[in-house]
Amino acid sequence: MCCMIDSDIPIINSKLLREKIQENSIRIVDVRRDQEYQQGHITNAVNLPLAKLLADDSSESIQKIAQDLGISDETPTVIYDDTFGALSSRVVWALQYIGHKDVKLLDVTFSQWKDLGYEISTEVPEIETATHSVKINPEIMATAEYLEKVKENKNVVIIDNRERLNYLEQHIPGAINIPYRTLASDGKILRTKEGMKTLLKNRGISEDAEIITYCGSVGTLSGLAYYALKSIGVSNVKLYVHSFKEWKSLEKPIDKQENANYWDLSAE
Amino acid sequence: MAQQLRPSKPADKQSKIDWSRRQEAENFAETVKLFRQGKIDPDMFRRFRLQHGAYGTRMTDDYAMVRIKVPAGQVYPNQLEKIAQLSEMYSIGSAHFSTRENIQLHWVILEDVSEIMQSLSDVGMTSREACGNTVRNVMCSPMSGVCKDEIFDTTPYALAIARFMLRNPICQGLPRKFKFNFTCCEKHGMIRIVDVGLLPQIQEIDGEKRKGFKIFLGGGLGNRSFVGHQLEDFTPVEDLLYTSMAVIRIFDRMGDRKNLSRNRMRYLVNDLGWEKFQNLVLKERAVVKATQSVIVKLNIDDSVNEIQRPISVNDESASIPDGYARWEKTNVEKQSQSGFNSVFIGLEAGDITANQLRSVAEIIRDYSAEGFARNGFSQNIVIRYVHDDDLKSMYSRLIENGLAKTGSLTMASAVGCSGTTSCNLALTNSHRLAKEVQRKFLELNYDEDDDLKDSTIKISGCPNSCGQHQIATIGFYGGGGRHGTDMFPNYTMSLGGKFDEDAMLGHHTARVPVKRIIPVILKIIELFKENKQSDDTLAKWIDRVVSGNESSKITGVDDIKKAIAPLIVPPNVEDEPDFYMDYGSDTNYHTVTGKGECAA
Repeated sequence: MCCMIDSDIPIINSKLLREKIQENSIRIVDVRRDQEYQQGHITNAVNLPLAKLLADDSSESIQKIAQDLGISDETPTVIYDDTFGALSSRVVWALQYIGHKDVKLLDVTFSQWKDLGYEISTEVPEIETATHSVKINPEIMATAEYLEKVKENKNVVIIDNRERLNYLEQHIPGAINIPYRTLASDGKILRTKEGMKTLLKNRGISEDAEIITYCGSVGTLSGLAYYALKSIGVSNVKLYVHSFKEWKSLEKPIDKQENANYWDLSAE
Repeated sequence: MAQQLRPSKPADKQSKIDWSRRQEAENFAETVKLFRQGKIDPDMFRRFRLQHGAYGTRMTDDYAMVRIKVPAGQVYPNQLEKIAQLSEMYSIGSAHFSTRENIQLHWVILEDVSEIMQSLSDVGMTSREACGNTVRNVMCSPMSGVCKDEIFDTTPYALAIARFMLRNPICQGLPRKFKFNFTCCEKHGMIRIVDVGLLPQIQEIDGEKRKGFKIFLGGGLGNRSFVGHQLEDFTPVEDLLYTSMAVIRIFDRMGDRKNLSRNRMRYLVNDLGWEKFQNLVLKERAVVKATQSVIVKLNIDDSVNEIQRPISVNDESASIPDGYARWEKTNVEKQSQSGFNSVFIGLEAGDITANQLRSVAEIIRDYSAEGFARNGFSQNIVIRYVHDDDLKSMYSRLIENGLAKTGSLTMASAVGCSGTTSCNLALTNSHRLAKEVQRKFLELNYDEDDDLKDSTIKISGCPNSCGQHQIATIGFYGGGGRHGTDMFPNYTMSLGGKFDEDAMLGHHTARVPVKRIIPVILKIIELFKENKQSDDTLAKWIDRVVSGNESSKITGVDDIKKAIAPLIVPPNVEDEPDFYMDYGSDTNYHTVTGKGECAA
């Protein structure tokens, strides 16, 4: 079934994609804005602006989007963006959520792809719609209710992927902070496996833990963290897809770093 | 963009000295783990952490501040880019330039410090011995090598001392921290307020011109401040190392290890009396020299820096960018090398974003003929060897990146320590206050006022002196005040501090509530304007006032006190709730402090 990579890790190396690019059976999806896509994209890529997916992320809507992009249950699919992999992560996750089994995150951004000197094109491929089923994968998603229920469990680690100052100001009680910038390495959207393992080891996070990631509002930055964890084979990861925005609107408890004016250290 | 027009950029200059030691990062990570598991005594861990340059953070054990040493302030483009990246990955997306030429990353998770150390090794930097009871970052004037008044460039000596002392067993457990400052001239350095201050001198001995120093010992700012004493008329460069070792050995042997509040060397000098201390140093130096089993020498790299102006593309027709004259007047210093300038980049209280750091790196590559920058003494960056013809274009680049703040070389660039933004000891948000003062000064165009140019404003958030308030023309340190049962941030103001050849500590004048500091400063300037002589400056006038030599309407500090008295009366809390809140805070002020670590 999976023709592109021989492991369960849903990430594809840019070099490998380049070799496979001419295979018509692969669907490459560019999740930047339409305008950016029109100016040039990876050869053969089709466009799905992330906003379209976020406008309605019900499983039926995701199913329709997949079908419109010509993605059937069997279509090997690769997603990329130009926003350090956060947007593409969110789309990969959505497809996995409705049960697509062969979807991969490209390990570079569009800019990095170009820097590598790989092929781009302005041609828009024709799309033949396909049929995609919905087989929800509930174990990869966390809801606020679920998070609240398990957050005290010893084996559960909650990771906040927003920037440090936002985290200091307010976060879900018990959450630890790994800013999304920590996840990248030079020229790639993710750290090396070794680097990612060291980060977790230093932080005392077991790879056997149940890890729930969240960020500001729509699960993009935390989506990237989700795949950073997947990249080293952490098996039990969940994305709290509606993230801190929903948590706050539900008036759930919030923690804060008190008695310090850290914002005044920022030069922003 | 300009750089695309340049056919080839000269190869990136990189630090010749690798200050790092890679295995320290892994060791740090392991030690943090043992500490978290309770296998290391917290006090021992704290000493270890400080030795490696990780300072504690306000009210929490979870975070640290990583202080990256920049010996002699020399910083390279690739280093700035690395720090930019690290600030986004592990800190708050901004970095901080300190008054001692360090670059600091705040609010770093303790468990991530080792990753920072690891990455710093990639660019030859270290945080080792940036805190703790060690020889701290060895400073050198940012104008060394380009200053019109300097006798010779002391940078190679500063670097050599830094190299000799770093990780040297003789300075791993001193009674307290120990500071070296080298300078080009009296005006640009701060040689009389540190343990060892060095001013270059040349003396003719037997018809031969010899390099050497005037060495000042036992100065320092703090709860009690002292001005350093000159050791001898002339110390030849050959004796630099022996003298330094002698002083450190005496301090190590005789310094107070018990009384944390008075264990800096200046207290030892004060307790013994200068003459006795001086004799001890001279004797010890003879012993150091006589008892060497092998000749110990400083590794001085005297090779000449390559000066190569980056290929510039001057657009002759380009119009002069708005605000250029004001910026040039207040941020640019002519060098002793004809045609070249040192450009001061002012930052608000030393803070800079990751993207700005990247821009500075690019601007150094594009404009500096020496290919690196120097950290200044006032939380700023100095890009040197900028050609006259490139200044306008450089200014445009600085504007694009939000780095063209005017007034860097003037009173407008107020210094503020980190205060309650991150420091355990702080009582007030001195950091934000410095930014507020600077904004007000720039709004009033005070940076352009020649009368104010040689004055300074420096602010500390507690009686300790990271903000160096005692040597400011107008200095402040934070504390709490009370009106009835309500507390408000209240600063002690000192006037007339100086750090040059007439070094003097400021004169405590009044206590000023935080929300009255700007009005009080403006009032003092107003009094000066009313009473000044024709060629006066504020600094000169204040100097006369505090020493009782002023003959105008304001004859002494008491007259200033009288004039500002109406401004500093606390209002009732109902009438002005804001008075009772510190900057950056929307709740009523109360003092909260944790345990200080300077002495650990």
